[in-house]
Order: sequence, then structure tokens, then C-alpha cells
Amino acid sequence: MSQITVRVDGVTYTDEVEPRTLLVHYLREQLGKVGTVVGCDTSNCGACTVHLDGAAVKSCTVLAVQADGSEVTTIEGLAAEDGTLHPVQKAFHEMHGLQCGFCTPGMIMASVDLLKENPHPSESEIREGIEGNLCRCTGYQNIVRAVRQAAGEMSAPETTGAQA
Amino acid sequence: MIPAAFAYARPTTVEEALQAIADGGEDVKVMAGGQSLIPVMRLRMAAPETVVDLVSVSEMRGVRDDGDALVVGAMTTHHDVLVDPLIAEHAPLLVQATETVADRQVRARGTFGGALAHADPAGDLAAVALALDAEMVIAGSGGRRTVPAADFFVDYLTTCLEEGELLVEVRIPKLRGEWGVRYEKFNRVAQAWSIVAVAAAVRRENGHIAEARIGLTNMGSTPLRAQATEAALAGADASAAAIAAAAERAAEGTSPTSDLNAQADYREHLARVLTRRAVSAAAGL
Repeated sequence: MSQITVRVDGVTYTDEVEPRTLLVHYLREQLGKVGTVVGCDTSNCGACTVHLDGAAVKSCTVLAVQADGSEVTTIEGLAAEDGTLHPVQKAFHEMHGLQCGFCTPGMIMASVDLLKENPHPSESEIREGIEGNLCRCTGYQNIVRAVRQAAGEMSAPETTGAQA
Repeated sequence: MIPAAFAYARPTTVEEALQAIADGGEDVKVMAGGQSLIPVMRLRMAAPETVVDLVSVSEMRGVRDDGDALVVGAMTTHHDVLVDPLIAEHAPLLVQATETVADRQVRARGTFGGALAHADPAGDLAAVALALDAEMVIAGSGGRRTVPAADFFVDYLTTCLEEGELLVEVRIPKLRGEWGVRYEKFNRVAQAWSIVAVAAAVRRENGHIAEARIGLTNMGSTPLRAQATEAALAGADASAAAIAAAAERAAEGTSPTSDLNAQADYREHLARVLTRRAVSAAAGL
């Protein structure tokens, strides 16, 4: 067993893990963070995507011991503390960027990562940016619309409060 | 699926890493970004006794300018390759190929050196290393040695790395003169492996092709150079007809496999078509 200290969604945890424990299993089974799901278990589908030190990764393809000393953000840590949804979460809701919803946590975490690097992606850049996330329901159309809407909202100038 | 149990070492220097490999027992696996190794371990196709994780060996990350060559640390991630200004300036072919590797999550963890040492013939970066005449710097208990890319790749998933050795950095000679480059990849779906791909670098001089270097992905158990096409292009007109004629020879000397994605003869066809496209684009046509 190895001892790890990880900050997950703003809370610091110190735990014993086996080196072979995958990050996604640590999140779900030791921390109860079941918002992050296991989809394909073969590093393809991206449903388990979380942010590790700010970058989107497939948490089924990272060992929990590798997160020692790191900061992890899951879908559960994305909304504001008062429950206000992140603009990408809100856009997926409003544009109906999901049907069964299983791919949604990973899809949103990948989209947030994409928009951080490219705040104004074209439609093809969005499709390439989320190529590591598979959705078997929607045909991606509303997912792409949702990411576009979120990009617009996140880059829009603040309308409240005067700027001198 | 969960990997079989293993002992885990996380060295922070190359020296510590070599020691950890030496101390790791009979069956040691070196983990770079883990994006190939962890899936294989999950499937229990590999069940090493010890995993030596290089993730904290910071001296193996990053790109530096060494005069005539760039030196890319083996642990430099694909993402870091894509945003590096030196690579953009001196090795744009590597940027083009790296953009096609897997997906952004995998590129955030996966590394240049890890992909080369894994030596999957369907991997994109080995053909680029071969086309750019890269050199592999290998550390072992007896010091360091440098191996040309052409001698590094030995067979399917096999390199010249001996037990106890580590690929630490890759030297990529800068292209001097008027070079154009193109990576042409054919696959069926997003994030899939190359069925065939072609890495081309072409130097033009006075309307002629002075030199062409062409690396082939997945046309044999190792990456290959399209030698017959390269020879036919040396001194040829930079014209569509001359390039098309030379590209017809792209599959000579190759031995592609047949699998669920493609039969060998279809791969040979793809090599010819993709070589024509890659060389044409690299020559500015």
C-alpha cells in the first residue's frame, strides 16, 4: 500500500491505496465521487474524464498513486459552491446535449479543458477537441451546440456592473 | 478491469530510475505516460513485478536548442510537443503527426519518448523520427549511448533498448534550407490508430526536389523509409507527374500486415496514394 495525499474538488484527502488502483476507482470507491463514471474501461470512451492539475485526463488510465500531491477536479466540483452550474453544465442542460447522460460528466470535463485552451473554437475544432469522448445517443449535434453556447457565454463581457 | 498487483517505484532522477530498474526484479516495466502500458496491464496482457514510473523525472521533460539539433526529453508529453515554439519552428512535421495521436486527454499524459520506446508500428511518431534522422540517447549503467532511429526500431513492439536501459532524450536535427513537410494519415474513426500514414519532408531547390525523406507508418513490423521513392525524387522536377511516378514505388521493400482494418495489398495501395499526397503537399503543390 502507498499513502497518497490528493486534493479533490477542493477537499484534501490522505489515503492508503494499492499501486494498481486506478484513479477512477479511487474516486468512486474510496471517496464516493460516483459522478465520474467508468464507461469502456479501455481508454477509449472518455466518460471517466477528470482534470488532473488542470488538464483533462482519462481517470481509468492514471494510477491513483500518480495523483499524489496533485489537484483533481471531477464533475462534482465544477459548479459553484452555491450550486450555480458552470456555463458548460448549463449549456448542456439548455441545449439538451445529452440523452442517456452517461457520457455527460466526461464530455463536460473535456469541453471545459478545450475551452480553457481555445475559448473560441470553430465547430470542427469542437468536434476534434472532444474526439476522445464517445456518445452513443445524440449523434453529437446538441453536444457541439452546447459547447458553442458555453464558449459564447464564457467569453461574453460582463453585463452587470459598470466598467469605467 | 484492474491491473495485477505490482511494486511501484517513482524515481525523480535518471540515476534513481536506472537504480530502480536494476533493483526491480525479474520483470520490470518502465512507465512513461502510461497511456499504452496501463491499458495493457488492465487487460492483464502485461503483469510486471515492478513498475518504474518516470512521471516525476523532471530532467527528462522539455525541449532545448542544441545548435544543429533540438533535444526533446523522452518524458515530454504530446501536449507539450504541440505547444513548444522550438518544435514549431524546427520540426513542424512532428507537430503535424502529434496532432493526430489519440485524443487530447491521452496527449496530456502520453509522451514522445514513451511512444517511441513502445514501438507500435501503427504509432505515428516513429515514422517521423525516422524521416527526420532523429537519434535516440539511451542511458544505462555503463553511461550513455546514441543510436540512429534507423537502428532503434528492431521489430514489432521491440527496440534496441537492452534490459536496464532507458531512452532519455531524442535529438532531432534541424532542417536547413527550404523544406516543406506533411503528415498524411489514414484511419477510419476519430482517435484510431493509423491504418497507414506517411511522413514526408521535401527540400526544394530551383524548382526541383533536391531531397525527399519519407517515413511510413504501419507498413511493416517497424517504421520504414520509402527508399525507392526517395531515390526517384532526388533531383526530380517538383511537378505533379514526377511526384506521382515516384510515389508509385512507395510500397517497394515494405511488408505490411493484414488485419481487421486492411489487407496487405490495400495497405500498399494506401502507401502509394498517401505518399503522393504527402510529397505533393510538402513540395508546395
